Amino acid sequence: MPDDYSKIPDNKTGPPLMAPLPDEAETDPNLVTWYGGIHRRKDLTRRGSYLLGPGLVWLLLFLALPATGLLALSLAQRGDFGQIHWVFTLENYKRLAGFGLFGWTPDHLLILGRSLWVGLVTTVICVLLAYPLTFYIATRPPKTRSRLLFLLVIPFWTNVVVRAYAWLLILSPQLFPAKLAAFFGLIPAGSPLFPGSLATFLGMVSTFLPFVALPLYSSVERMNWELLEAARDLYANRVQVFLQAILPQTRPGLTVGVIVTFIPAMAMFVVTDLLGGSKYMLIGNLIQNQFGQARDWPFGAALCLALMALTMVGLALYRRWGDPRDDNGSPAGGGRP
Amino acid sequence: MAQVQKCFGSHKALKGVDLEVRKGEFFTLLGPSGCGKTTLLRIIAGLELPDSGHVLLGGQDITRLPAAKRQVNTVFQSYALFPHLNIFENVAFGLKARQIEPFEVRRRVAEKLEMLGLDGLDKRYPHQLSGGQKQRVALARALVNEPDILLLDEPMSALDAHLRTQVQEELRRLQRELKQTFILVTHDQDEAMVVSDRIAVMREGLVEQVGEPREVYSKPRNQFVAEFLGAANIIAARRDGGRVVTSLGSFDLSAAPAWDEGSLAIRPERIVLADGQDGDGNWVRAKVREAIYRGQSLDVWLTPDDSAAGDPFKVRVRTHGKDHLRPGDQVSLFFPPEDLVALDQA
Repeated sequence: MPDDYSKIPDNKTGPPLMAPLPDEAETDPNLVTWYGGIHRRKDLTRRGSYLLGPGLVWLLLFLALPATGLLALSLAQRGDFGQIHWVFTLENYKRLAGFGLFGWTPDHLLILGRSLWVGLVTTVICVLLAYPLTFYIATRPPKTRSRLLFLLVIPFWTNVVVRAYAWLLILSPQLFPAKLAAFFGLIPAGSPLFPGSLATFLGMVSTFLPFVALPLYSSVERMNWELLEAARDLYANRVQVFLQAILPQTRPGLTVGVIVTFIPAMAMFVVTDLLGGSKYMLIGNLIQNQFGQARDWPFGAALCLALMALTMVGLALYRRWGDPRDDNGSPAGGGRP
Repeated sequence: MAQVQKCFGSHKALKGVDLEVRKGEFFTLLGPSGCGKTTLLRIIAGLELPDSGHVLLGGQDITRLPAAKRQVNTVFQSYALFPHLNIFENVAFGLKARQIEPFEVRRRVAEKLEMLGLDGLDKRYPHQLSGGQKQRVALARALVNEPDILLLDEPMSALDAHLRTQVQEELRRLQRELKQTFILVTHDQDEAMVVSDRIAVMREGLVEQVGEPREVYSKPRNQFVAEFLGAANIIAARRDGGRVVTSLGSFDLSAAPAWDEGSLAIRPERIVLADGQDGDGNWVRAKVREAIYRGQSLDVWLTPDDSAAGDPFKVRVRTHGKDHLRPGDQVSLFFPPEDLVALDQA
């Protein structure tokens, strides 16, 4: 195959429909026949930009512009009454790192670390619950399957705040769970099960479980069960069956689920605010405070960027792990069957 | 070596199967789709539990033993190679899972890869292999564990026709060399004939006949077996003293039927077609009404000379050079007594 084809981004879809016209291709390297009557590289570039255009505009409008705005804001100063002074300063980042009016405190870094931790724990619990759940759903008859999926999606229709209040009700001192905990002496009699870790993670997991379960389900449903049988046939124990036969097959869905859970879980503030109390001040709560009560937009912007950076690092790490060697196509040098 | 009896209650996939497979033989479960042969194989592999009955392996009951604890390995229909592992890792899977030391793993995997002509491919991934290569990897992956029984679940169905013939011969040679017990599931009677020491013909959850290929082909027990294993002429008949009377005439049989009214089977290539001469017993003189040429065989509608009814009767005979039969031709047909088989009523 001539070199030219390998440079067309979409040549994976199949062999070129038309071969290059031999004599012309030899005399003029810029004159080649591609799909859709494109004859010159310039035409190809132009056609490509048309196709990329909408995506670029979208990214520019909704990602690049706001992010630049935030960056500018984070380098500004808060006025005495919460207005913004457009003076260049790194003060907000110093404050973020803990250097405040009264010397260094680890408060903000602790909050960042705690956010990471809560996001991580929530994601892990959701994944641990989602595997048995999706396997259960995927092995039901089709009718039951769609009903169960429907049940899984219903909470989406309810506002997070409403759901958090529902948990407050369930965990209130008059009801069974709190009474049981009091009976075993875990909490003083007559007190509710919130605020605290249990309430926070109940709220978090119930909020984010569908985010893991739905993409994971799409992978589990398409799974080749013969691989599981092959693993069992070849003397694999349960752990090996999971690692060698289930995990590689469900990794795409799992990756999506983890990403769409971990990121918003880190930034969550409604659930932690209502169910976690003062113990669960997360970066989301902090940001909300800056833009709300404290009226310190520049510092809020700095916090936002810190969260974004954290997310990016997390994603980068995950991508490294989540990128299997043989993701798609054959590696260079591999022969076609 | 394994006396296998199973009833599979839920949807009656197996209605009580009794089979004995001998050590070191190539045994084939042959039958149309839905006859329960794959279910039976999965029960032997330990991937499915029978509702009742037992699976014995070398005198030991393994019915409830999970697949991971059985010295039985399977070549799956779609090969089920692990896509994220390379060929070496795929073949080494079973050995590694049993924590065999790495040096030994490498030695045994290399030996099997070489035996199956896969050396040099160990760093490739399954998606980089052809169908035939994948099948060999699946074979190597199962054989490297030195199983007491190797199970093959329609392993040729994904290969194209000319490759299939070659693989069948290789598989037979391989089994002869290793002297291991192979159990193959297939719906292809040619394949079963080529590879097997013995065949079990199955239908609707029951075993219809077990025997060597030659025996099952030439002495089918009933009409289903006769027709499933190739073309057969089925002739309605009734017993009359020592002979059997049909609409074509009366015949001598080398083995007398157990019924008074039933049917006979004879393979097309066993009927001798002649135009001039004829003899006494088992010869039929008839007039050709129509002949259809089918390449290997010839379908002939005949009106027997001494038939009372005079209805045209269809027989299939083997073609050989000179048989340019035309309507109105007089022919003589010889039905050898030893090739006419009385069928059990199905």
